[in-house]
Amino acid sequence: MPIVQIEGASKRFGPVTAVDKVDLTIERGELFALLGGSGCGKTTLLRLLAGFETPDGGRILIDGQDMAGVPPHRRPVNMMFQSYALFPHMSVADNVAYGLRREGLPKGAIAERVAAALAQVKLADHGSRRPSQLSGGQRQRVALARALVKRPKLLLLDEPLAALDRKLREGTRFELVRLQEELGLTFVMVTHDQEEAMSMSTRLAVMDLGRIKQVGPPHEVYERPRSRFVADFIGIANILPDGNRWLALRPEKIALGVAEPPSAPLPAHRIAGEIVDIAYEGDRSLYRVATERGVLLVSAANVARDGRSFQRNQRVWLAWAADAAQVLDE
Amino acid sequence: MRFVIALPFLWLAVFFLLPFALVLAIALGSNAPDLAPPVELGFSLKNFALLFTDDLYVAAWLSSLRIAATATVVTLLLGYPMAYAVARTSARWRPVLLMLVILPFWTSFLIRVYAWIGLLANNGLLEQFLRWTGLAQNPETILGTEWAVQLGIVYAYLPFMVLPLYAALEKLDLGLLEAAADLGAPPVAAFLTITLPLSLPGVVAGCLLVFIPAVGEFVIPDLLGGTGTLMIGKVLWDEFFTNADWPLASAVAICLLVLLVGPIALFQRQQAKSLERK
Repeated sequence: MPIVQIEGASKRFGPVTAVDKVDLTIERGELFALLGGSGCGKTTLLRLLAGFETPDGGRILIDGQDMAGVPPHRRPVNMMFQSYALFPHMSVADNVAYGLRREGLPKGAIAERVAAALAQVKLADHGSRRPSQLSGGQRQRVALARALVKRPKLLLLDEPLAALDRKLREGTRFELVRLQEELGLTFVMVTHDQEEAMSMSTRLAVMDLGRIKQVGPPHEVYERPRSRFVADFIGIANILPDGNRWLALRPEKIALGVAEPPSAPLPAHRIAGEIVDIAYEGDRSLYRVATERGVLLVSAANVARDGRSFQRNQRVWLAWAADAAQVLDE
Repeated sequence: MRFVIALPFLWLAVFFLLPFALVLAIALGSNAPDLAPPVELGFSLKNFALLFTDDLYVAAWLSSLRIAATATVVTLLLGYPMAYAVARTSARWRPVLLMLVILPFWTSFLIRVYAWIGLLANNGLLEQFLRWTGLAQNPETILGTEWAVQLGIVYAYLPFMVLPLYAALEKLDLGLLEAAADLGAPPVAAFLTITLPLSLPGVVAGCLLVFIPAVGEFVIPDLLGGTGTLMIGKVLWDEFFTNADWPLASAVAICLLVLLVGPIALFQRQQAKSLERK
């Protein structure tokens, strides 16, 4: 039985439909990412799972149980809030113990589990501090420990890394994945950062205007986007007309060369053009190349150390394999 | 710069310390009805001694404290749900509800207390209403009893309780209540463990704002209470204006001040602490 089954769930706020007849199944042990821009409905969907919002239509089942009418405090779910929502008048240890006290566990058991949870997030000796005395990264870990200590069937994470600075984010990303694998829990994470979703999740859903546009493992969504929206939202894509349909072609799938490539047997497509712009990114450069089929984006590794493999206004050849482009449904 | 700092101190020295010294000097003197003003300066503690030994004064002290404490508890019990409701109302209605809390201040305090006489008096509005609804045929008025004083103080000081409570509750991050619910706390437990402790500075501020002036309240017991209701503010008034015993009245005033220094200091510390936390 999947841990989460969402069947036709909708949520409206006045005239705005935040979540629009969403169907989604999440399996046990997944690290599932809900990805989308602001206002796409990803946070509302997460709040529907936590029980802070009630759906206007459809059903939500967690662990096979219909959640209709089940208030947040009775759901087998815990959430890590984007703002962390740590209780400012309690110590770190009391924050982590809060959920266990509500269960009415004996004092000794609570102390034990709180200590273990704090050790898990490497804050073993910070238990007596107040949240205001911690750094942003430490607060994030307290929030994580507070949610994990309840051993929820499902952990919801609302933009878990958004409030951290870039350097810290990288490390925390791996830390979250490690914890999720070690504990064997199901994580459902909301993020607007496609890189974060791609690098962490086992599967992700791309959302737009309250609907799920595509669900799948990151490489599949990246390599086989079904719609123009997904192709554009995840990474960069050249959208090319091809008869009465559209093709998505990733910039790194295009080979860039000075000499005209041989026509047979591969590559299957080639086109001449002129470099109009170069964005230097260190390891790679992104070239805008004007061709008879429009301006195409091409990404190429900077192999030569002087980094000047190609110049602006240079005449170049572009080539790509027959199966490099993805046909879009819409 | 120094002048700017010195100015408020100078103000306090001229308009607080100097009068206080005068009052203290009078309190240490003795009553001399033939003189004008009726005081013979000296150094005797007999006025203070009288305050702590005479049953009348001791009773007045105790009943003042009791009435003020009761009023504080009642305004807290009434004011907390009011402040909570205002803080939780949609942003559109909040200013309207706050306005309703503040509105009584637009009318003179004295007139509002007088209005209660009209309401509570024999054949007053309340009695007529009770007779009209048939709830009671010959109700006895509470005017002139401690109940009326208590009612008047609760009525007059309720806004002083509601406003600091509202300020504390309005600041509360609703995300914390969601977090509490998420961790398994039913609404009542979330209120007791999150909302209540975080609104405690507002509770302390409200209680002191009601308790401190209520102890020395004079107008309400004078107008709504009868001869049976002793409050120290009224005793002070009587000593000064009726008995023309300036030294004794001064001693009462000084004791009142000393008694209230404790709660005021507590209030100041609370305010400083809540400033620090920000």
